[in-house]
Amino acid sequence: MSKGRSMAPVVKRKKLAEVEWKVIEDFCKGCGFCIEFCPVDALEESEKLNAKGVHPPKLKSEDACIGCGLCERICPDFAVHLETKESGGERE
Amino acid sequence: MTVLQEFEKHPLAKYLRLERFPHIWCEGCGDGIILNCFVKALDDLGINMDKLVVVSGIGCIGRIAGYIKCDSFHTTHGRPIALATGIKLANPKLTIAVISGDGDLFAIGGNHFIHAARRNVDMTVICSNNFNYGMTGGQFGPTTPLDSYTTTTPYGNIEHPFNLVHLAAAAGAVYVARWTALHVKRLTESIKKALQKKGFKFIEVISPCPEIYGRRNKLGKAIDTMKRYRQICEIRHGYDPAKAEITIEKIIVGEFIDIEKPTYGELLQKQFLTIQKR
Repeated sequence: MSKGRSMAPVVKRKKLAEVEWKVIEDFCKGCGFCIEFCPVDALEESEKLNAKGVHPPKLKSEDACIGCGLCERICPDFAVHLETKESGGERE
Repeated sequence: MTVLQEFEKHPLAKYLRLERFPHIWCEGCGDGIILNCFVKALDDLGINMDKLVVVSGIGCIGRIAGYIKCDSFHTTHGRPIALATGIKLANPKLTIAVISGDGDLFAIGGNHFIHAARRNVDMTVICSNNFNYGMTGGQFGPTTPLDSYTTTTPYGNIEHPFNLVHLAAAAGAVYVARWTALHVKRLTESIKKALQKKGFKFIEVISPCPEIYGRRNKLGKAIDTMKRYRQICEIRHGYDPAKAEITIEKIIVGEFIDIEKPTYGELLQKQFLTIQKR
């Protein structure tokens, strides 16, 4: 199933924030809200099983997330969150 | 890295009692979303956690008081508003939030609700409405829709349900809104608005109950209920709450009432001062 989904084209939208998408895999209960309601369809089920026996979400590709933060809000289990990217090394 | 260490990096972790996570709520339960949005609203407003009190009653959502890292009370069944009124009058500087379920607030605690709204006691009441008593095994309650099945209505419910937003508005609440667990961003904004406003504020959150209510009524998994919300919800700000009844075909959501009125605490303080001057 996950293979079929990953073939779907990712809708191109402007990035809202430079963030890193994170998941606490063992907190995920597999409700699937983040995958279903992502406005740019950036997430999919991963193939691994977590401690609860469900497939936690993962990003389809590195730059798929636009940083809107909907998944962080809609996750009932505090498993998904966004981390502000630190500007690596290059400082003025 | 352990799960707890990972969780400490969550931007909202400082508002939560981490040792109690993961929480007890079922997969896809709306209570987790309410907690998430409430804590995000606290974060956005920069509320002083020493001046915040969260009161909850009995029910699945009653556990919320134990998850938020502030002074919180998990009270007896139906009495969170009574306790919150007492806290507010004893220390008017505190911000009070009552987060409880539909059975707790409107069946057992129905009288407390209407009278606190009538007096306009300064507090924010958030009601997680899942249409039944989920924690005790799914008995029908005052919000269970007509003809739906629960443990105690095996042939279908024959009692007319409450329209909670209409009840709150008629009782005198200064801010009345309804959202579903799907409208996370709007719900967060609504909670922020309510926390900043003075008076009795009421927010109803329609929440999926996949394991108990959903299973008996064949609503599928939580995600199916959420997809259904996406189809049937209509946002209408300022709509007449009397007409905003929840039906199978349509759920009207939005901010229905937003008015100003002197609060009970203010009037009490004013009366104290006038009597003292005599």
